[in-house]
Amino acid sequence: MSGLGTYSPGDSLLHRLPAGAKLLLLVAAALATHWLDRPWRVAVALLLTGVLYAAARIPPALLVAQVRPLWWLAVVLGAFQWWANGWRTAADVVGVLALLVLLAALVTLTTRTTAMVDTVVRLCRPLRHVGVEPERIGLLLALGIRSVPVMIGLARQVREAQLARGLGTSPTAFAVPLVVRSLRHADALGEALAARGVDD
Amino acid sequence: MRRMTSRDLALVATFTGLVAALGLVPAVYPAGIPVPITAQTLGVMLAGAIIGRWRGAASLLLLLVLVAVGLPLLSGGRGGLAAFAGPSVGYLVGFPFGAWVIGWLTEKAGAPYRLAWGLVANLVGGIVVVYAFGILGTAWRAHLSVEAATVSAGWYVVGDLAKAVIAALVARGVHAAYPGLLHERPAGSRARRGASAPV
Repeated sequence: MSGLGTYSPGDSLLHRLPAGAKLLLLVAAALATHWLDRPWRVAVALLLTGVLYAAARIPPALLVAQVRPLWWLAVVLGAFQWWANGWRTAADVVGVLALLVLLAALVTLTTRTTAMVDTVVRLCRPLRHVGVEPERIGLLLALGIRSVPVMIGLARQVREAQLARGLGTSPTAFAVPLVVRSLRHADALGEALAARGVDD
Repeated sequence: MRRMTSRDLALVATFTGLVAALGLVPAVYPAGIPVPITAQTLGVMLAGAIIGRWRGAASLLLLLVLVAVGLPLLSGGRGGLAAFAGPSVGYLVGFPFGAWVIGWLTEKAGAPYRLAWGLVANLVGGIVVVYAFGILGTAWRAHLSVEAATVSAGWYVVGDLAKAVIAALVARGVHAAYPGLLHERPAGSRARRGASAPV
């Protein structure tokens, strides 16, 4: 996989655990947060999560980076809950939110994107009975992953062309050519897939 | 639902990439708000308005799957399973549904694309539907009442209203430059609408 993913390489026990097992554990942890209704229990759970991060040898800076997008929300939500329901509820709500974000991020940090893709395709196997082919889902995932850098490159080209023409601020002068070129790209991609017998 | 052809697969994957690329357009954090405003929701509206309800919804669903498997494709480079544990999970889940509704309304009107109707479609799908999911998600994840969660959603409305207008303008330009994605309106309705059609 390209450098696009948020996977953090390593060979800890958590890294070696199969992706499916980690996803199951994450679901179990999410359900278990139901019992985290006292601030001290939330604090213990957060501490345990910190231990898991240490066990996976994730650098502390990376741990902090996982909760950074939540920062403003934690402040606003914490203040609101404190005002409305007291500090205990505020600590519970913000703590559980941070806990789940950290645990979910830990699964992503310790699992290769390829292993996750394989798991998704495997989970889609029962859908065969309703007419969905797991192989096509795998193909679609691969095409989607590939199209991200292609589209970013296309957006950059269109942006440069727009600047060169002195249309720097118009959103339509950027988006219309970008979408039209995306559609042309999809035409070529579709023909290439058809030529390889995807429709057969 | 019919089997996806190779052209469908290509369009779905390409639009997934497009929505991800639009998420990279610099984010604006309106004073103290945790959810950034980017062009990503513009991509949600465009997916429905350009490639239709099923392919549009599929491209957003594919985006969510790619985010879940660990790619940082959401606005501001967020990604991974953590995105689904946070308070904006409802908006993410609402993306495919919003695109479906926009596509459905846009296809109902058919070609040529009409700006006013397209704007209505973008507002209903891109704001009413996505926000309904988003508000319920925030209420659930942040333990807020639906009223308080609705107030929290109010911060993004202005940006998304602007994006609904931009998406309609862009969709009109794209359908004019790349005809064939929408079916022609039946002759009767076109004659009846007559002069207002070229909008």
